[in-house]
Amino acid sequence: MQLRSLAICAIVFFTAGLAVASFAGFREFIPGLLEGALVTIQITIGGCVLAVVMALLAAMAKMYGPAPLRWLAVAYIEVFRGTSALVQLFWLFFVLPHFGILLEPLTVAIAALGLNVGAYGAEVVRGAVNAVPRGQWEASVALNMPRTLALRRIILPQAFIAMIPPWGNLFIELLKATALVSLITISDLAFKAQQMNQTTFRTIEIFTIVLVMYLAISILITVGMRWLESIAARGIARGRSQ
Amino acid sequence: MTTPMVKFDKVTKRYGSLTVLDSLDLEIAANEKVAIIGPSGSGKTTVLRMLMTLERINEGIIYVDGEPLTHMEKNGTLVPADQRHLRRVRGNIGMVFQHFNLFPHMSAIRNCMEAPVNVLGMPKAEARERAAELLDMVGLGDKVDQYPSQLSGGQQQRVAIARALAMRPKVMLFDEVTSALDPELVGEVLNVIRKLGSEHNLTMLMVTHQMGFAREFADRVCFFYGGKIAEEGAPDEIFSNPENERTRQFLSAVLEAN
Repeated sequence: MQLRSLAICAIVFFTAGLAVASFAGFREFIPGLLEGALVTIQITIGGCVLAVVMALLAAMAKMYGPAPLRWLAVAYIEVFRGTSALVQLFWLFFVLPHFGILLEPLTVAIAALGLNVGAYGAEVVRGAVNAVPRGQWEASVALNMPRTLALRRIILPQAFIAMIPPWGNLFIELLKATALVSLITISDLAFKAQQMNQTTFRTIEIFTIVLVMYLAISILITVGMRWLESIAARGIARGRSQ
Repeated sequence: MTTPMVKFDKVTKRYGSLTVLDSLDLEIAANEKVAIIGPSGSGKTTVLRMLMTLERINEGIIYVDGEPLTHMEKNGTLVPADQRHLRRVRGNIGMVFQHFNLFPHMSAIRNCMEAPVNVLGMPKAEARERAAELLDMVGLGDKVDQYPSQLSGGQQQRVAIARALAMRPKVMLFDEVTSALDPELVGEVLNVIRKLGSEHNLTMLMVTHQMGFAREFADRVCFFYGGKIAEEGAPDEIFSNPENERTRQFLSAVLEAN
């Protein structure tokens, strides 16, 4: 129910935005900003995928890895959580070339944001795994499952459901942080907006459209996560509401 | 004398300065049904948990079917067991828990198939067939596709029993399996255990507060007190004619409560 109303909300917002834009002479900005939005979406998707992978790896290494892996995971989490995303971005973009590593701006953007959000995500994963009742581990031992099997088949699927809402938050954080990549020469939504603003000085129109576009993308993320939650919880919740 | 199915050899368990089990010696023969009773904190659940390797032991050795459980022989001495040894010996044991601990994201039949398929490497079709048979045996043939949240406590516990049996253990441990159930659901679970006792060759070790059931079902009753077996014997002796003062106090307290 909530899911549907949110989806409708997103569509209404978006069409209303476009309608207003076309009436009030906003129209000329739309193609350029949509181009920027596409880049923003690309970076968001790439960053989210990397963040999930890194979070899972770091959390598993921190919880179950041998000592060196554990230290590595702790170092990764602390460094990327404890320093500014902007500085990380600059570091990968401006410092790495000094060591002979030259990366595409888009690669740097996805890497920096993905690693940054992945560090937060690692703690989300760890918290969710720890929240699975101990009895589930004990039942796995009683059925003679090796730990990796128990983790993969019993613990993580249950932890996954608890992880979805906080991951929704992190994905939206990541989306908003993509605005930083305009500072390393990428023409994302924020960059396009600034560029147009500097040439036309139509500040009100441009930044209103940009605001609505960010909002629309973040609502899409929320809708997607709710949907994911509803399918993931189907098995466990079945019958509970009866 | 034949090898006991389970043997505790001077097993000690401590939590910090608290000694939960104090140099326990206990032998259980194949197919024997042993009930463990005693006041809370007497170490009775710890006995089962150590046998299931859910708790480390501090001293002593546990043997299962003649083999050390948490130790293995190497160059003539016993050293702590590696994972492979532990898993091989542990495969003889199954356990049913007070709070069922079913996997909530799997249907009843998947709960019973998961370990046979992924631990024993049984083909899926065979595991499904066997799981269906076991669920049928515990009276849940019509609930195979239900999820744990759709089942009553008694039904969940019966699924848990079927799940443990699917691994073909030689020893079954029952840890207060009716304590979390509403009174009217206790009977259906005890009936399943009765049936297991009469139809299967299983060694059973149960911690229970159901004195009536212990008396009728068990071959032997062990009364635990302060981390030791204070008294043990045939159910009729223990319940009608307890020798130990502690046993008498405990039994009269339990009977009064009922």
